[in-house]
Amino acid sequence: MTTAYVDTLDRVGDGPVLLVGTRKGAWMLSADASRSSWKVSGPMFLGHIVQHMVLDPRDRTTMLLAMRTGHLGPTVFRSTDLGRSWAEASRPPAFANGDPLQRSLTAVFWLSPGHSTEPDVWYAGGSPQGLFRTDDGGDTWEPVSGWNDHKLWETWAEWPDEGTPDGSMVHSVIVDPRDRQHLYIGLSGGGVFESHDAGGDWIPLNEGCEATFLPDPAPEYGHDPHCVRLHPLRPDRLYQQNHCGIYRMERPDGRWIRIGDNMPREVGDIGFPIELHPRDPDTAWVFPMDGTDVWPRTSPDGQPAVYVTQDAGASWTRLGAGLPERAWFTVKRQAMTVDTGDPVGVYFGTTSGEIWASADEGTTWTCVAEHLPEIYSVEHADPARA
Amino acid sequence: MKVRIPSPLRSYTNQQSVVDADGNTVGALLADLDRRYPGIRFRMLDEQNRVRKHMKVFVNDEAVRDLDTPITDRDEVTIMQALSGG
Repeated sequence: MTTAYVDTLDRVGDGPVLLVGTRKGAWMLSADASRSSWKVSGPMFLGHIVQHMVLDPRDRTTMLLAMRTGHLGPTVFRSTDLGRSWAEASRPPAFANGDPLQRSLTAVFWLSPGHSTEPDVWYAGGSPQGLFRTDDGGDTWEPVSGWNDHKLWETWAEWPDEGTPDGSMVHSVIVDPRDRQHLYIGLSGGGVFESHDAGGDWIPLNEGCEATFLPDPAPEYGHDPHCVRLHPLRPDRLYQQNHCGIYRMERPDGRWIRIGDNMPREVGDIGFPIELHPRDPDTAWVFPMDGTDVWPRTSPDGQPAVYVTQDAGASWTRLGAGLPERAWFTVKRQAMTVDTGDPVGVYFGTTSGEIWASADEGTTWTCVAEHLPEIYSVEHADPARA
Repeated sequence: MKVRIPSPLRSYTNQQSVVDADGNTVGALLADLDRRYPGIRFRMLDEQNRVRKHMKVFVNDEAVRDLDTPITDRDEVTIMQALSGG
């Protein structure tokens, strides 16, 4: 395994590309076809907080990047040349001027491309918990009024100062591949919500999911999903890594099943990310963290490991070969991803600035980048060749 | 009138630290600044027209948050950000 650090954004070969957002800028990793030789390119936007960077899988050309600084307001940048040049959105995501709740967006936290039949549509989730949409590929954004101005928004959404230390946010914006009007979102905190009319109206989708931090441990809303995923080849199947465990749901049923109960007791089923095998709806990877005592959010007992299920959560297997025997980093909810290779490549970034890669579906791990800033997001990309 | 721009916002002003803008209130001045340098306003004011928490707009030596504050050509406007972060 080799890694080169360069300023230019040229790819090393035909292998996967990873888009890395950090607390201090953005980087890009690329690999050869064997995924054994890596090139780290960057930084882009050095010093800016890059929450998320996503390549549009529909055109494999348009890339959006959500950023802010500690002082300056949030915005979105757009690139169509794999990050060599960027243009800022002429109207970034924002709540409506004159908003009755006087909300002000402090971060664009999550970016999701829209349905395949709507090539210029993207969604953005923010903090406080707003949802935004663009119809022109990310240049101009509008609030999704059906969510932001929903009569129960104040009831469902934790705000403005009740949320997590990093701020309450909308994440996991999911578009059903069969139906562009069928949307899911995750609220930290607030729960999972669903819309059948492109965001016009919403209903909570949290039955079966625990919320042990509330007086009623099984409320209709108020939960804390950390990451929600829908399997593209089996869109009736959802997975969720929650503050209170790992869950799966089979639609049209609306009940979450706690598949994390099948994790080893000493490890538990708390974590931030969950990633799905692109071709096998029964396979998912998680990165457990310590959710005991004051919630260190580091690996249980300081022993980092990925866990995989290959039977939809009925059993889990520890995958730690190559990872440090002792380490105290955290893997955030957007900081894990998979490629489409065979075998699938699995990747995660750490709060200590390392990118770890596995070319064999998590069986063995290698550090392919280190000494980066705190990593917020890692996304696989498959850019079109010029 | 002249407006002093802090380094984090100079990507909008072609790296110029002092630029021209017009207006008879702070709000009008910042709106004109945004016309000349699109996008700069939203980075320092939020969508409810509030100066962002860690940003400051000085008219001469006085920090102002009221965008209706009147200004004249004799005033000097300085945009700054708080000394904070890490």
